[in-house]
Amino acid sequence: MNWSTIAKPSAQLRQWLIGLGLGIVLWLAAYSQLTAFADALVSAAGLSRQTHFGEAVHFFFYDTPKVLLLLTGIVFVMGVLQTFFSPGRTRALLSGKREGLGNLLAAGLGIVTPFCSCSAVPLFIGFLSAGVPLGVTFSFLISAPMVNEVALALLFGLFGWKVAGLYLAMGLLVAIVAGLVIGKLKMERHLEQWVRDLLAEPIEQMTAEQLSWLQRLRAGGAHVREIVGKVWPYVLIGIALGAGIHGYVAEDFMASFMGRDVWWAVPAAVLLGVPMYTNAAGIIPVVEALIGKGAALGTVLAFMMSVIALSAPEMIILRKALQPTLIATFAGVVALGILCVGYVFNWLL
Amino acid sequence: MKNIKILGTGCARCRATEALVKAVAQEKGVEITLEKVDSLPEIIKHGVLSTPGVVIDGRVVHAGGVPTRSEVEGWF
Repeated sequence: MNWSTIAKPSAQLRQWLIGLGLGIVLWLAAYSQLTAFADALVSAAGLSRQTHFGEAVHFFFYDTPKVLLLLTGIVFVMGVLQTFFSPGRTRALLSGKREGLGNLLAAGLGIVTPFCSCSAVPLFIGFLSAGVPLGVTFSFLISAPMVNEVALALLFGLFGWKVAGLYLAMGLLVAIVAGLVIGKLKMERHLEQWVRDLLAEPIEQMTAEQLSWLQRLRAGGAHVREIVGKVWPYVLIGIALGAGIHGYVAEDFMASFMGRDVWWAVPAAVLLGVPMYTNAAGIIPVVEALIGKGAALGTVLAFMMSVIALSAPEMIILRKALQPTLIATFAGVVALGILCVGYVFNWLL
Repeated sequence: MKNIKILGTGCARCRATEALVKAVAQEKGVEITLEKVDSLPEIIKHGVLSTPGVVIDGRVVHAGGVPTRSEVEGWF
């Protein structure tokens, strides 16, 4: 047996903290040497950045460690943060909140509460049963998958903090406004009959357990293993693809059909995104390649939001609890919001 | 004999949870009856907000994500 598994919790916590401190120092050291690392590799291979191939190789060996470092750091912090916001706790925070403030809070909590679309229905009904208004519940349900740490880490790594911040702000705005609109439409009677029957009687409310710091740090580690372990191949393939396009495809290749002057590009991007279902890691490197070749930022962000927030499989899951009218309203309101974001971005930038 | 219910609508995490519970119970020599619950009203009635959930002898002991091995060992 490994000695650490029989050590006392306090000793284990000390090990974790020492490991974490070392990890932070190594992380910062590695992050500060990214360009030097890529330069050294390119010159060690006898390549020059003046050539297409050399530039593509440099791009790959600069972006890959950068994105993986950012992803690991942000996912770890998020994994620890999520232990403070279990779905039960978030529900308690939202219960009885009025519309308006409630929508704002719900969209914000959507970022830090762990969410998997496979449990969208139990969560949805659990929120309603605790007295969270329908519109507020929708704000949460829109924000949780759309504004997630993987999307933010990748956008930050590949486009910088401005684009990541804009995505965050716009994602929250769409979630808040769409939830407000759905709330105003008073669509409670468009829930399936079994849901309304269930809501008529009291449902057992689970109380959240108290976690120690050791458990929280462990949760962060587990989150990194799960998320980074799952998405790294997408990141690698995406960046390799991006590197190839970066080196070889003509600069304004995308401008003719995804440029800002093409008025129909935004709705086309939103429609195209609906049947597509992938995680943020799979879509963002493609997004980067599109932007690099002259596609407009608003159009591409609209595409990305549509792929993540308006996925056909999630609607099929929600269909079990919502009648078609409510599903259509939900999709319509969110699509309209994303459309506005796309146009505003293209017009502003 | 412990009665164990795995609550979930058949996602990968639910299957992983089921396999883990089976393995740990066998290791510890605890006899269990394992039941998979995939009906949504049934899951919701247990008060579980995120799946997979684990119910032992009528009490919810876990909800959301695959439990860790040491957590499962603690149940038996």
